[in-house]
Amino acid sequence: MEHQKTSKQLLGELLDKHYADALHAKAEGKPVAWSTSIAPQELLETMGIHAVYPENHAAAIGARKHAQEFINHSEGKGYSVDICSYARVNLAYMDIQQCEAANIPLPDLIFCCNNICNTVIKWYENIAKELNVPMILFDPPFNHEYEISDQNVKYIKAQILHAITRLEEITGQKFDYDRFREVMKISSETSRWWKKASLLACAKPSPLNGFELFNYMAIIVCMRGTKEGLELFKLWHDELQEKKEKGVGPWKDGEEKYRVMWDGIACWPYLGDTYKVLKKYGINMVTSTYPDSWYIVYDENDLDGMARAYSSNYVNRNLAFGTDNIIGIVKDFQLDGIIYHSNRSCKLMDFRQFEVQRKVEASTGVSSVIFDGDQTDPRAFSLAQFETRIQALVEMMEAKKRMGGAFYE
Amino acid sequence: MYLGVDIGSSSSKAVLINRAGMVCGEGIVNIGTGSKGPQISVEQALRQAGIQRCDVRKCVVTGYGRLMYEGADRQITEISCHAKGVKFLWPTASTIIDIGGQDAKVIRVSINGIVENFVMNEKCAAGTGRFLEVMARVLDCRIEDLSGLAARGNPGVVISNTCTVFAESEVISQLAAGMSIEDVALGAHKSIAQRIAGLCNRIGIADAVVMTGGVALNHNVVTAIEKEIHHPIIRLEDPQAMGALGAAIFAREMEAGNS
Repeated sequence: MEHQKTSKQLLGELLDKHYADALHAKAEGKPVAWSTSIAPQELLETMGIHAVYPENHAAAIGARKHAQEFINHSEGKGYSVDICSYARVNLAYMDIQQCEAANIPLPDLIFCCNNICNTVIKWYENIAKELNVPMILFDPPFNHEYEISDQNVKYIKAQILHAITRLEEITGQKFDYDRFREVMKISSETSRWWKKASLLACAKPSPLNGFELFNYMAIIVCMRGTKEGLELFKLWHDELQEKKEKGVGPWKDGEEKYRVMWDGIACWPYLGDTYKVLKKYGINMVTSTYPDSWYIVYDENDLDGMARAYSSNYVNRNLAFGTDNIIGIVKDFQLDGIIYHSNRSCKLMDFRQFEVQRKVEASTGVSSVIFDGDQTDPRAFSLAQFETRIQALVEMMEAKKRMGGAFYE
Repeated sequence: MYLGVDIGSSSSKAVLINRAGMVCGEGIVNIGTGSKGPQISVEQALRQAGIQRCDVRKCVVTGYGRLMYEGADRQITEISCHAKGVKFLWPTASTIIDIGGQDAKVIRVSINGIVENFVMNEKCAAGTGRFLEVMARVLDCRIEDLSGLAARGNPGVVISNTCTVFAESEVISQLAAGMSIEDVALGAHKSIAQRIAGLCNRIGIADAVVMTGGVALNHNVVTAIEKEIHHPIIRLEDPQAMGALGAAIFAREMEAGNS
């Protein structure tokens, strides 16, 4: 019976279903889209187009430690080592179409939104060109001002409306606005519960071991517009709430000594290794920038709100916003430290990392460390170097605790 | 007596101090982790101090090989140990530049000796002691001769600082183009200095700046860094032993119960 399952079991089942449904749709001749991770999936869900997410899929291949063979294939084709490793994995998958993680069908449509990344434009364009399939591009401009301007909202809304027309042309079907309203409602609701659940980690000790965010994220990416996705996050929330009320911490066999945030994407090929190093020192990664990344909330039928929400991701915001965002996280989650992942793949995220670190430190006094790694390229990470940096962070956090903590405390 | 052992990638250092904090024995061996280096350095230090291993009350180990070393009461990172050692000898130090065999790091320390922040080189060996070893091999000289050679060089030779392998091939082509060994050595030092200046600027430089690690023995590199960062650098007498000294001080504090 559904309600007796744990959220973890449900998570596994939903992910299997997500990939199986995509393969099934393709086999039945229905269109499948490849979409970026924070794109207006509401439109695809409304049209009944099954979407799969190459970034997520590349991460899954990375987590299963099979990224290298795909990376070798892409580099052999001529893609540079300096290009994002998700792109290198996915562009190779397009050729190989077989992996240890779940397989995904080739796309009939490319759905690309550059609110989180610029590389996606050329990466997805290449796929569209090679497979000769249409591409719909959403172009939320970078927000140079602190808030999102009305002009940007207008521009993005026009793109959403244009995308609806394109989808009607591509599928030969009318867009169902009643269904759209329903999907908008579910999507916002799922986002709310995702954030509500992840905010329970503000409790001391946190009932959440933050590495779980990396696992649950798969569903907020892939099934945000579905009732099953919504139910999962409600269930996850209730489980965490129960743990919180009982005062249960993140681990059965260890105490939460330090609370940190992880900035940037996980090192998927070393997920277990990085987790173990942190746990060894009693560090719980209570949060990251992920809870807010998928907090895409607006009123149903509010296209302006939807346009604004898709432009609001912190990666698409100016330095002052990015800094305030992390300062807020430090205070809300009562952090002892921050681990910044200087991710070789993601120039956009790394670009201002040093400056954000400086400003956050000056404002909160919280200790932090930057380590070099990569989201999926296993060659760009050294476990010994990682551990030295983490241990040094512990020594800094410990010294600060003895001196009375960071200033914000 | 209190023992500090610093096991680096290319050398092992051991320092023994007494209850008053005076150095009584020291051992430095130019082989590092995975070798007999740590053991030999400890034996040297014990011999110099005229004591047995069982006379050591507490031992702290640091450096790249710290996690593999048995027989220490505690292991602490080289970041904290260098800061500890330097602050002991030079209490006004605020910025520490440590260049060892495979790491280059800049550490910012507070007035009361707390590590506030640090930055380290990325994975490439450019800007580290290993880079100098590679340069010495290509220039066909001993590593300890590089400083004297570069001091006689004329500026103008540019060597890449992003990758040691590229830098090596650049040196070969510079030599093939007729540049002198002295000029190329100076260019290689400037290359390291620029890389270190980048790290210093990232973290923010405050006086006094102290340099530690094996590369601090190369006076020409230290001068090249001073020119890049526009701050004078204090050279301690025994820069290689700072990590081990810091570890020994931590060992002493352990017994005093204030660490």
